[in-house]
Order: sequence, then structure tokens, then C-alpha cells
Amino acid sequence: MSELSPLFEVFLRGRRGLDHIHVGSLHAHDAGQALEYARDTYIRRSEGVSIWVVESKDIHASQESDVASFYDPMDDKAYRHATHYTLPDGVDNM
Amino acid sequence: MGDEKLNNQIAEYALRLGDDALVFGQRLCEWCADAPTLEEDIAISNVGLDYLGRARMALQYAGKTLGRTEDELAFLRDSGEFRNLLLVELPRGDFAFSMVRQYLLDEFELLFFAQLCKSKDDTLGAIAAKTVKEVRYHQRRSANWMQRLGLGTQESQARTQAAIDQLWGYMPELFEMDELEASLLQAGIAVDRVELHSKWLDIVSAQFASANLQVPESDWQVVGGRKGVHTEHLGHMLGEMQFLQRAYPGLEW
Repeated sequence: MSELSPLFEVFLRGRRGLDHIHVGSLHAHDAGQALEYARDTYIRRSEGVSIWVVESKDIHASQESDVASFYDPMDDKAYRHATHYTLPDGVDNM
Repeated sequence: MGDEKLNNQIAEYALRLGDDALVFGQRLCEWCADAPTLEEDIAISNVGLDYLGRARMALQYAGKTLGRTEDELAFLRDSGEFRNLLLVELPRGDFAFSMVRQYLLDEFELLFFAQLCKSKDDTLGAIAAKTVKEVRYHQRRSANWMQRLGLGTQESQARTQAAIDQLWGYMPELFEMDELEASLLQAGIAVDRVELHSKWLDIVSAQFASANLQVPESDWQVVGGRKGVHTEHLGHMLGEMQFLQRAYPGLEW
């Protein structure tokens, strides 16, 4: 089936109020079947209350080669982080 | 005295339901590591384990009256003592055969266990209530497969139709009432199988019609499982299923 059927990424919401988290991927003929397989593969032991599936080809990902321009510049700009600033005494938590 | 007779009847009824689930669960587990895809492998095994769980509940209940443990009932009886439907003991065949059998049984079980939920016997009612939830999911899966296989390729359609034709004669046994079940029906404990037939046939016919599949016209039928008269396949299956307990009596994990 792998050659014929598309790959889906599976996201689970563990409990109400939490975000959906990526748990893995599987092959299925369509989204409906992907949901069923996700149920069988990932929530047999009550690991979730909601499932999202999305075709892997619909996910656009950043590339490893972009690391330098995407993320590195932040490192030398300490003032972008809250921890750079000294908090007034009145503020306990931030 | 009346109570004792009734208890024995209930135990026999539970034994039938337990054997149906045990034998079918074993057949499903035969797909483990051998299904067409990894995803389907996990899915079929999950369904098989649902049946195993159901078998345990029913056999434990039957065993209380019969004075035997669930393991003794499962592993130390010969084929003539099994009370399962012939349908569930047939070899798994190809994927289409297994899915058609699953579908035909799922539609029956949805109707059957919905009725059994109302049983005056609390334990049977509780087993039925748990089972209905599982079957709802099984049926959703197998009905989808009927669509995919029937409307898939020429080969998948042909194989699926062939499976329906091969299995059709095993269907009447699902709707057969004998003295025991009629008596338990009177007592408000068992389900009236006869009454389920027309509804089941309507549902199955509609599903097949929408999937380019035909309900066979043939009217042959085989029955006998409830009396312990089985196909030659059950003995072979038990040979594998019971091997450990037969070779090493009393073996524990």
C-alpha cells in the first residue's frame, strides 16, 4: 500500500485544553482511513481525546540549510530575551 | 431446582457467545505480522484483541456455573465441545474473505448486542454493553472496506464478491434459534435471532448495492456449530491455539 497510498502526519490532543502534538505518521488511502488507523495505532490506551491527520505533502518545513539565516541571528541579541532585563522589585513572576 | 436449570442454560448460552468470540479472535490474530500493510496489521490485531477480551468475560461467566476456569474452557476442550458458529472457524482466506466475514458479522453483532443489553441477566447485559461500543468501531472499519474493495479494482471486486458467495451459506446459522435459546428468550435473557434477520438483510443489501456487490441468490446453508458439529478446520486451529497447554499441562507465564 505504501507505494499507492499517501503518507499522513498524526497529531494528538492528550487532554482537553492541551495542544495537538505530533506523534508520528502512517500510510492510508484517504483522510478517513488515516483517522481510523491513527486511532488503532496511537490511542489504543486512551492517550488522546482528539486526532488531527494531515497529508505530509501539505506540510511546508524549513530547511536545515536555512538554519544560519533563520535562527542564528537571535543569539547575539540578548535584549530580545526577557531575561536580559532587570525586573522591578514589585514584579515577582514574569 | 428451577434456578439450577436456568443457571445451566445461561452458562451454555455464555459458552456459545464466548466460543464465538474466542475462535474468531484467534482467526483474526492469525493476520498478526501477515496483514497487507503495517497499519492494517495493527488494526486487525486490535479487533482480534477486542474479541479475546469478550471471550474472557463470557467464558469466565460460563465457567462459574460449569466449574471450570476460562483457561480450561479455552485450552482443554476438543473441537466437539466447542459451541461456536461455523462462520467464525473458517480459515481466514485472503484479505477480502476476512473483511467480508468481518463485515457480515459486525452488522449482525450490532443488532444482536443492542438487544442483549436489555437482558434480564445482569452479567450478559454488562458484557453486551461493553461489546456494543467495540462493534460500532469494527463495523465502521469493515463497512469502509466493503466500499474500498467493491469499488476498487476489478480484482478486488471479484475477490470480494467471491468471498460473499462462499460465506453466504454460513449466514443462516446466525439467525437460528434452538430449544435452549427459545427458552432463555422466554425468560427475557436471550436475544431473538430470528427477529434480527430481515433488518440485517436490509442493511447488508444496501451496503453491498452501494459497493458494486451482489447479495447471492443461492439458498444453501450449513449449520451445526451449536451442537458441536464443526468443519474440519476447527481442529487444526485448536491444534495451534491449544498447543502449549496440551504439551505442557498447567504451564503458566
